[in-house]
Amino acid sequence: MTKPLKQIHLAAHFPGVNNTTVWSDPQSGSHIEFSSFAHLARTAERARFDFLFLAEGLRLREQNGKIYDLDVVGRPDTFTVLAALAAVTDHLGLAGTINSTFNEPYEVARQFATLDHLSGGRAAWNVVTSWDAFTGENFRRGGFLPQDQRYERARTFLHTTWELFDSWPGDEIVADKGTGIFLADPGAGHFEHRDAHFDIAGQFSVPRSPQGRPVIFQAGDSDEGREFAASSADAIFSRHGTLAEGQAFYADVKGRLGRYGRTPDQLLILPAATFVLADTDEQAADLAQEVRLQQVSGATAIALLEQLWNRDLSGYDPDGPLPPVDPDVGEHTVARGRASVRMHRDPLATAREWRAKADAEQLSIRQLIVAVTGRQSFVGSPATIAADINNLVQADASDGFILVPHITPGGLDEFADKVVPLLQERGVFRTEYEGTTLRENLGLGPLTAASGLSRAGLASTG
Amino acid sequence: MTRHIGLIPTVVITHTEPFHVSKAIATLDYASTGRAGVRVRVSLAQHEAAHFGRRSFPERAQADRAWPTSAELIAGTFDEAADYVEVLRRLWDSWEDDAEIRDAVTGRFVDRQRLHYIDFAGRWFSVKGPSITPRPPQGQPVVSALGHAPVAYQLIAGSTDIGFVTPRDADDAAHIVAEIRAAQVQAGRAGDPVGVFGDLVVFLGPDSAAAARRKARLDELAGAVYASDAKVFTGTAGELADLLLEWQEAGLSGFRLRPGAIPDDLEGITRDLVPELQRRGAFRREYEAPTLRGLLGLPRPASRYAIA
Repeated sequence: MTKPLKQIHLAAHFPGVNNTTVWSDPQSGSHIEFSSFAHLARTAERARFDFLFLAEGLRLREQNGKIYDLDVVGRPDTFTVLAALAAVTDHLGLAGTINSTFNEPYEVARQFATLDHLSGGRAAWNVVTSWDAFTGENFRRGGFLPQDQRYERARTFLHTTWELFDSWPGDEIVADKGTGIFLADPGAGHFEHRDAHFDIAGQFSVPRSPQGRPVIFQAGDSDEGREFAASSADAIFSRHGTLAEGQAFYADVKGRLGRYGRTPDQLLILPAATFVLADTDEQAADLAQEVRLQQVSGATAIALLEQLWNRDLSGYDPDGPLPPVDPDVGEHTVARGRASVRMHRDPLATAREWRAKADAEQLSIRQLIVAVTGRQSFVGSPATIAADINNLVQADASDGFILVPHITPGGLDEFADKVVPLLQERGVFRTEYEGTTLRENLGLGPLTAASGLSRAGLASTG
Repeated sequence: MTRHIGLIPTVVITHTEPFHVSKAIATLDYASTGRAGVRVRVSLAQHEAAHFGRRSFPERAQADRAWPTSAELIAGTFDEAADYVEVLRRLWDSWEDDAEIRDAVTGRFVDRQRLHYIDFAGRWFSVKGPSITPRPPQGQPVVSALGHAPVAYQLIAGSTDIGFVTPRDADDAAHIVAEIRAAQVQAGRAGDPVGVFGDLVVFLGPDSAAAARRKARLDELAGAVYASDAKVFTGTAGELADLLLEWQEAGLSGFRLRPGAIPDDLEGITRDLVPELQRRGAFRREYEAPTLRGLLGLPRPASRYAIA
């Protein structure tokens, strides 16, 4: 007996403020104008994608004390864009990354409940946290949160918004013109929450939304983060897109669900993925190399090297050899507002690997950076990419992918036209939306009571 | 989806982050291609403060305006509103219009010389900047506030593009306009265009008696006589047009009509009042500009940080 085919989930990530996004291409449009967001959303909906995803960063990045100018800079406000997208789409989920450190639960709950109403039940929230004083300089409270408390605040923040969402059970509005009674329960929306982070009370002003609360995403990779996702999230935005890493992550996180009384289909694993598509595999490989060179200019190569080295390397030639000095392993001072620098957990070891590779293959700085950073996840003809995606999902390396096009806003068009029909032919991707809400389209069951909140851990952004 | 009408959401400045609100309004301006504004509102209500749990105000401050502590709190919160608007405006200007250069030769997406830290430091908050959102299509979305007293007229005169006011009659309207113009001089904004809009609650009917009967019936259903901070008008569209023109004569630049009942009075306004005003040559027949600033006769300002 063969295992039934899993249905693939696909999402579109609006291209971000990093070097994956190729802004120098003649096809590259605005990252700010609403028409770009509408274009990507309509493409994703035409292709029956599950949702569109927006990232967020609340301070412009800096490197060596100056605003970083080599990548796309600037982005619009998440809630405003998603609310406007709700008006130009009918089925697509609308997922926003919203920080729990520089917001208050009442405000965020109001905004997500409103988005869920506006969209008829299509809102999703990627809960992230940051603690850095650098970002804090844009906000009333500054960098008020010690690093080791950011998970604690995020967990409590999320828990508190759930109390607000649940303060309207959903059947209070009678609006009876004959009797003049609007609310069956005049206490609807009443809430009171007191803990170390929040001391709030009153009446929540938004009646229960179609989904009850937004679909919750989690993007952290730590043990705490995985445990939180297992207990309370609906989906994980993961980094592990390859077969071996993906399977290990998938098995680990899904294996944690049982202790919270949850089943494997209640938590989706959705890694981020990039792609380069062409008519043949050979053309796609050539194009992928071309795109890599666009993504890593000489100046970008030096900047990325500085992020590992934690030193000003502006004096080095990107077409020359690696610097003879080793990374500065002290406090990271070169790049600010960038979470990725924290992924270099052992800079000296990584530098040794890079140096060995550069020596063995006679690579310049730029060639090395092209080789060691950000290779595309899927490269090939439509048939190859469809097969690769399907194989990873059926092998339980993921439940689908959050695709990050490298061109704004048309970078998904070809995928929608050429790859999606092949997945549909294989019977592994929907041809029509199954439900009206995002929860239904993700195949998540009805809401269950909040559980396991005490061990929550969340991702950080920068 | 609308295409021409301006969109002005209300923001409570007392409990929100100017950085978030600045980028939200800038984004509304992008999404509407130049039709965004914002109305700033202060709040001393303890029940609103409790939703955030970050500040608290004595209950008496809301109820008893004559209490000296109330006056102090009110003055403080309006000063905070002025700081808040200053931060919104600086953040909107923090990207010069041509900051995005996409210079493939040097690999630079922006010219960082055209991005500016706003370095605002005040009594209530400090904001570093620049905004994460580029300068919006209008440059400066329209800032407005509702006012009923001198402290609010000072905010309107010193910080906004439009003040909403609630005159009792034409004389009162003339008096309020004079007070705002004097406050503009004091704030060093004598030359800046600041619109003063009169607020009116409107109950319309085919004749005066019918309009009054409509309102009386609604009062009876509600179990109380409807009261408002603004004058409550009952009458015909023609009578309302007479009143608006009289108040315009007294110095008001426009009106914010609050329909007494939705949808009846909104439909009465658009179906009966608008053609009446158009017949009198007092209201547009076509939109004359693509942006809200344009409709209000406001020019698009250069960024304060741009080098002339």
